[in-house]
Amino acid sequence: MGDYVRPSRLEEALSALARPHTVLAGGTDFYPARVGRTIDEDILDIGAIPALRGISSASTGWRLGATTTWSEMIEADLPPLFDGLKQAAREIGGRQIQNAGTLAGNLCNASPAADGVPCLLVLDADIEIASSTATRRVPLDQFITGVRRTALMPDELVVAIHVPRPAREARSAFLKLGARRYLVISIAMATATLEIADGHVAAARIAVGSCSAVAQRLVALEAALVGARLDRQLAARVDPTHLEPLSPIDDVRGSAGYRRESVLVLLRRLLAGFAP
Amino acid sequence: MKVAFTLNGTAATWSGPPVTRLAAALRDDLGLTGTKVGCDAGDCGACTVLLDARQVCSCLVAMGQVEGRSVETVEGLAGTDGTLALLQKSFLAHGAAQCGICTPGMLMAASELLREVPSPGRDEVEDALGGVLCRCTGYTKIVDAVLGAAQSMPMVAPSAGAAVGARLVRVDGHAKVTGRDMFGADGIPADALWIRVVRSPHARGRFTLGDLAPLRRRLAAVLTAADVPFNGFGIYPDIKDQPVLADGVVRYRGEAVLALVGERAAVLSIRDDEVPIAWAPEPPVLGIDAATAANAPLVQADRPKNLLLDGGVRHGDAAAAFAGCAAVAEGVFETAFVEHAYVEPEAGWAERVGDRIEIHVTTQTPYMDRDEIANVMRLRPENVRIVPTACGGGFGGKLDLSVQPLVGIAAWLLKRPVACVYTRSESMAATTKRHPARISAKFGCDFTGKLVACDVSATFDTGAYASWGPTVANRVPVHAMGPYAVPHVRTWGEAFFTNGPPAGAFRGFGVPQAAIAHEAIMDELADKLGIDRLEFRHRNALRAGDTTATGQVLAHSAGLAQCLEALRPHWRRAQDEAAAFNNKGDIRRRGVGIGCMWYGIGNTSMSNPSRMRIGLSPGGTLTLYSGAVDIGQGSNTIMTQIAADALGLPAAQFALVAGDTDLTADAGKTSASRQTFVSGRAAEAAGWDLRQQILRLANAGPDALLSLEGAKLTVRDGAEVRAIDLATTGTLTGEGTFDPPTTPLDANGQGIPYATYAFAAQIAEVEVDIELGTIKVLRIVAAHDVGRAINPTLVEGQIEGGIAQGLGLALMEEFLPGRTENLHDYLIPTIGDVPEIECILIEDRAPLGPSGAKGVGEPGLVPTAPAILGAVHYATGVRARRVPLLPHRLREALIKLQEGALKGTGA
Ligand SMILES: Cc1cc2nc3c(=O)[nH]c(=O)nc-3n(C[C@H](O)[C@H](O)[C@H](O)COP(=O)(O)OP(=O)(O)OC[C@H]3O[C@@H](n4cnc5c(N)ncnc54)[C@H](O)[C@@H]3O)c2cc1C
Ligand code: FES
Ligand code: FES
Repeated sequence: MGDYVRPSRLEEALSALARPHTVLAGGTDFYPARVGRTIDEDILDIGAIPALRGISSASTGWRLGATTTWSEMIEADLPPLFDGLKQAAREIGGRQIQNAGTLAGNLCNASPAADGVPCLLVLDADIEIASSTATRRVPLDQFITGVRRTALMPDELVVAIHVPRPAREARSAFLKLGARRYLVISIAMATATLEIADGHVAAARIAVGSCSAVAQRLVALEAALVGARLDRQLAARVDPTHLEPLSPIDDVRGSAGYRRESVLVLLRRLLAGFAP
Repeated sequence: MKVAFTLNGTAATWSGPPVTRLAAALRDDLGLTGTKVGCDAGDCGACTVLLDARQVCSCLVAMGQVEGRSVETVEGLAGTDGTLALLQKSFLAHGAAQCGICTPGMLMAASELLREVPSPGRDEVEDALGGVLCRCTGYTKIVDAVLGAAQSMPMVAPSAGAAVGARLVRVDGHAKVTGRDMFGADGIPADALWIRVVRSPHARGRFTLGDLAPLRRRLAAVLTAADVPFNGFGIYPDIKDQPVLADGVVRYRGEAVLALVGERAAVLSIRDDEVPIAWAPEPPVLGIDAATAANAPLVQADRPKNLLLDGGVRHGDAAAAFAGCAAVAEGVFETAFVEHAYVEPEAGWAERVGDRIEIHVTTQTPYMDRDEIANVMRLRPENVRIVPTACGGGFGGKLDLSVQPLVGIAAWLLKRPVACVYTRSESMAATTKRHPARISAKFGCDFTGKLVACDVSATFDTGAYASWGPTVANRVPVHAMGPYAVPHVRTWGEAFFTNGPPAGAFRGFGVPQAAIAHEAIMDELADKLGIDRLEFRHRNALRAGDTTATGQVLAHSAGLAQCLEALRPHWRRAQDEAAAFNNKGDIRRRGVGIGCMWYGIGNTSMSNPSRMRIGLSPGGTLTLYSGAVDIGQGSNTIMTQIAADALGLPAAQFALVAGDTDLTADAGKTSASRQTFVSGRAAEAAGWDLRQQILRLANAGPDALLSLEGAKLTVRDGAEVRAIDLATTGTLTGEGTFDPPTTPLDANGQGIPYATYAFAAQIAEVEVDIELGTIKVLRIVAAHDVGRAINPTLVEGQIEGGIAQGLGLALMEEFLPGRTENLHDYLIPTIGDVPEIECILIEDRAPLGPSGAKGVGEPGLVPTAPAILGAVHYATGVRARRVPLLPHRLREALIKLQEGALKGTGA
């Protein structure tokens, strides 16, 4: 039988990590990986630490506590910049999963199909990581390093996700493609943040998930959008060559070719949706 | 660790390892088994409870996280005085619980919503309940129940003689909405040992066992093939080909190899790699082509050519008749392994009582279980008692043995209660599937659209063991021409062994696969002749007086034409709406499709009797002893309604004893849509028998009215009133049997395979996203000839649930061993995938059935996939040749079509 610690202070949690512990947040990835067998590892439950909870904002941006649940995300009063993340939150699992699953859990689990990852990529999120000795910040694209791999060291914990406040008006959106309505893992998903000035795209961040080991930004497409008028013609700027960073695979949910093709469709629809 | 929290409003404490799942603590330690476990992985929602008023999966919450918080479970919904909450009443009144295993989760998810939004809309209900799967109801009545929870709906309480045809609330419903119904995993004795089965990771191979002594020291026992007295079971008396525990050879991934028996924690803590098994895997024979290839390795050494069985029906001269046809259409259609995905995994326990073994288990067939266990354990059938628990869905998958022989043997040897509960992935890997089929169908008609000839060959992958393979291979040739009058018929069915999972019984026994083929061809013939697809079917529908391809004259009750007539206005409206939508030139296109079916009720050309008893005790207790198992479809209620009217007392006065092989008589298995027709007829006869005895005692005429008050039975015959004191008469018992009259099929498949047939037609309206290949089913209208609807609510429930499974078959379900062995990757329809369903009940009475009733258990799903696929063709021009029509498959077919590669025929 392993240890189970449930501290209420972050420092206690960090010092517990001096010895390896499996971190338990919402449990929605933890338990499904442990069906039908005894759980005997040492566990650090971070669910009772107020410092990890909640969403706050400052002039520089927003801090999303590590254990913010998808439901809290949906219900939070946030500007249109977060619409994409909220749309993703509404499509994660079902209500039960949204009520329990956390943002940081989604990132740390590092599934190629994690819906939160592309959304936070296009929010330019930084991950705040702490150990008992130091705190560091890592951009999300450097945090997830592969399928189920992150830059987290065994003695570290994700404390928060930081989203910088864009200089201009910014909006985001998210589209998910799945084979059924609820409780479905994405065949592909696409998300975009557009910064807007004078009815034109001043900056764009686009990301696609489930089409590579780690969700990818489509930098060439982003560049192609800058300066474009914000109308339905935005969609026409999407070109198959923009998908170069992706490396989709065949699996039970869909073929590689289908993923490639449907991502183009998702991107066009996503961008067309920004038109006033 | 000690955890203090609030449980259903009351302070509670629990102690144990804090990583324990809340679901497990509730069920195993706190005695609240109303919370169900269907997967332990967040995928089914059966375990949904409220945690601080929010719905969560209790299988994903650690007890350590519950400290100081509030947990609400289904047991807390009713008032402390037992008064049901409005929501629970609404579930009862709407018939929203069938097997009831999802009901607690549904109720809790809905409770979260209704507290925030007292009068929600349909979308809100779907969002709130989207995380709870139901495999029985098709969700329709669940949505209605939540939408209607604010209004209280009156419960029907029919008086004597008025039960048949009434929307009586399920007699077992109260237990289902309060969480008190006991399923396979709910009543396990606290002192029971547990079994964990070690299964083959290979689809084919040999193995040798190493030294088991170290494991045996840690456990109560490690069972191997050597411990099984007769190590073979199977549905057919002459095919006992499946070992309880593999003996050196494995034939499919998931096959049972060893049973670890011991304290629960001990068996769960043993990892598979601690079990000394030396594997020598071999390349598996997968799929029909591999099984039938020249020099294919044999799956079972004594089965040449891997052939299980073949046979067919011949009527007229099909080959010659095609020459004279004005139009001919043909095609090959393929289907996949499909998993039953009942929300309740296999579970049960056994106890040795002297020289008898008693097995409590979730099953569809207690009497077959009894005889099979007797055979495997080398006991006399009288020494085996099967006590069916509530069954959380079966659909054919709980007709085969699962945990029964393992717990039986272990309990016998160890003389202690022994339990086994399959995990979800074990349930999916180890148990039977729907047969993958390859069906070649060719039909021809004359220039007026009358069918002339048909030639259909159906080849099935029966997996590693025979199971119900012969039943499928026999039933399909009889049904493969569809519900149509075709003078010249050749049909053929054959099943081959492979190293896939054993394919067995699954709602429809192969007929749903065949219907996909014949209905596609009907569309094509109609299109070729420019005849409306519905009218083409109407022209050819089997009608009373017609002769079937087996030479059987359908004297009565062939209501397909009436079904189609009832659908006609819906068909026209739907086509108009689709055309109007498509004219807008959206990237989405709508389509309308139609599917028809017929289905023989009961076993094919085999005796399948039922016996029912009704007892009236000296104390005045009226009890129906029914050996028919209610697996959610409602037979407990149907039998009571039929028996009540036959006897002439109100249904509400009946107590029920169901399933227990010590207390009931054999009513056969719950399959082949036979319980209402066969057991219902026996219940009717039992009611009549008891009534006769009472009338004789009272010397009263046939129209006398009965009433029962305590031990006083009053018989009113016109002006004469006689009271019978039951205390003086002793127990009265009425008994009835029925075995539907059939005859064997000869070498050409001629004979009377079934005593009656159900007929149905359904229309599907779909919307296809042309760019993404996704399909949304918008609406289904289903017209079913059920003979007589004994309980319209239950009949609709069967149809709606069948439709949801048909939708899954058409669009999303594909079992791939090793890849879709959980409910995360194996997708079944959620509440957001099943559209609104309108049921139209046609009652063309079957004279042999109770009050004219036939069966409806399987027919619901048969026409659905064809209707959906026809609608997709209407919308896109793509004719699906392979199901499930996953988005990427439809998209590939659309591209081929656009490229003209397949010149108008689709992919
Ligand atoms: C039925 C079902 C449906 C689902 N549907 C979706 C879906 O549609 N889309 C999707 O993206 N995901 C889905 N998921 C996955 C899962 O719900 C999400 O990834 C969720 O956000 C995980 O959060 P959690 O708090 O539950 O993680 P946990 O299970 O508690 O933890 C996940 C992993 O992250 C680690 N971890 C968690 N928090 C921290 C931290 N602060 N610091 C360091 N390590 C940490 C844990 O050690 C563990 O390895 C689904 C899961 C289920 C069961
Ligand atoms: S048992 Fe918890 S979701 Fe299935
Ligand atoms: S009633 Fe929903 S799963 Fe059976």
